[in-house]
Amino acid sequence: MAIGYTSGKKQTDVANHISFGLTKGELGAIVGINGIGKSTLLRTLGRLQPKLSGSVIINNKPIESLRSDELASLVSIVLTEPIASKNLTVSQLISLGRHPYTNWIGTLSAEDQSKILNAIEILELESLKNSKCYELSDGQLQKVMIARALAQDTEIILLDEPTTHLDLYHKVHILKLLQRIAHDTNKVVLYTTHEIDLAIQLCDKIVIMNKTNNTFGAPCELIESKSFEDLFPKDTITFNPESGSFKINK
Amino acid sequence: MQRSNTYLFPFLILFLVLLFCFVLNLSLGSVAIPFNETLKSLFGGTVENESWQYIIWNYRIPKAFTAILVGSGLSLSGLLMQTLFRNPLAGPFVLGISSGASLGAALLIMGSALFSHWFIFEVINDVSLAIASSIGSFLVLLAVITVASRVKDTMALLIIGLMFGSITAALVSVLSYFTDAERLQQYIFWAFGSVGNLSGLQLAVLTVFILAGIILSVISIKSLNALLLGENYALSLGVHLKKTRFIIIIATGLLAGAVTAFAGPIAFIGLAVPHLTRQIFNTTDHKILVPAVLVYGAILLLLCDLIAQLPSSSYVLPLNAITSVVGAPVVIWLLVRKKKMIF
Repeated sequence: MAIGYTSGKKQTDVANHISFGLTKGELGAIVGINGIGKSTLLRTLGRLQPKLSGSVIINNKPIESLRSDELASLVSIVLTEPIASKNLTVSQLISLGRHPYTNWIGTLSAEDQSKILNAIEILELESLKNSKCYELSDGQLQKVMIARALAQDTEIILLDEPTTHLDLYHKVHILKLLQRIAHDTNKVVLYTTHEIDLAIQLCDKIVIMNKTNNTFGAPCELIESKSFEDLFPKDTITFNPESGSFKINK
Repeated sequence: MQRSNTYLFPFLILFLVLLFCFVLNLSLGSVAIPFNETLKSLFGGTVENESWQYIIWNYRIPKAFTAILVGSGLSLSGLLMQTLFRNPLAGPFVLGISSGASLGAALLIMGSALFSHWFIFEVINDVSLAIASSIGSFLVLLAVITVASRVKDTMALLIIGLMFGSITAALVSVLSYFTDAERLQQYIFWAFGSVGNLSGLQLAVLTVFILAGIILSVISIKSLNALLLGENYALSLGVHLKKTRFIIIIATGLLAGAVTAFAGPIAFIGLAVPHLTRQIFNTTDHKILVPAVLVYGAILLLLCDLIAQLPSSSYVLPLNAITSVVGAPVVIWLLVRKKKMIF
């Protein structure tokens, strides 16, 4: 698949030759340097922007063939962009995840209510339920956005850099939560990240985006094939295969 | 999710206040009619003074209904614009609707003077003025929609609307430079804004437009709520962004366009009422906000009209001035109190 932007007749390729697949219950990460196209890839997968060529297939169906409400019940997205109205309460925001399932005016059914409560429970947000979003910290807001995606009850959850701006503890907390969501509820969870060492420790599959070639596989396979090593210029950062982490050259 | 019956009480209060303001608006004016006599006249009782009955039924009731329609229409279109543009300062006129209407009215009043040898008879009256300003606001709205279909970014659309406003304002000032004092005065009187003097037919047309705008808004309630998250999130929730944006813009055009055509460009109501409503109904849910701004807007305009009538005097102040004097401090007060404007 190739991704990028078209404006008029001009086409800007961001990345091409990307190929990977995830199955239910897997946590996947997309890693790569800044500006390589991780977010573009994620947005293309969620059909927020059209792909340039190739195909995105969900449950044996090409993504273009799905109606927008069908897609909304299959794929949910957590983006980096801030939400428009910070005046929403936490529970209102999470309820909006039920949008694809509610009637014309958005009445919540008993099933909707229970899915919302379930999402609140999984992310331990009971105490914040009635808080306004502008009162929350970055980490709390991130959890609320994940809860909203969870309430959308989709087979696939895409997250764009869910751990930026968080300290190490909260990074690990969120990632372990994503791992638990993927494994326990049998969903595909795919996120973009810069924390490659955390991704290696927690993910089932990793997509490495690199200018020359994009590789995909389980973390240990990728370490063996030395795929992480040419991710950064060798004179500044080297990859240590034993510890699965990067080191700064002195 | 808070249950909707927690909002029943504020709604009840708002309705009672609306009823009170309606009757108050009927009883006060250049001729003061006692409150109980007004009520008597409304419920078909015999009134001491024949002329009171006449004033109420032929003059004040149409005016009060117009005020309700104007206040509701402007407030609802303000709410729609604030959500669509994710901007607390957006109002019904950001799409150039009022400036378009002003241009239409200015062209008719002042432009006709320039080409007066073409006209044998007097063409300017309330009906032609309403038609001209409708056409003006519709044309500017159409231009904005055409540009909007090429622009993906809603913020850019907001700025484009403001630019169209600047262009039309410039054209109006060129026209006023070349026109004579009498015509200029006529234009200025239209720009003062007024809810009086609408014929039965005009009132019916206004009602139909406002109702159509309300219906379009109600079917957009669900999408409006999704838009609170931002356009990309709304898209990921299965909202047809293009269709929704189109419906909301048309609804605003109908609401604000019709109001401006019949009552002149009335400032600040569309901007201030949604914020005031959010103070009472502490929610962002459009299921609550849409009916609430309708009632609140009606109340505020009835009160503004009441002040404009300068009770018991024969003077009538420009409605536009009153709404600005009431509206602008409200916006300042909100900003100072909340430190920031949220919606």
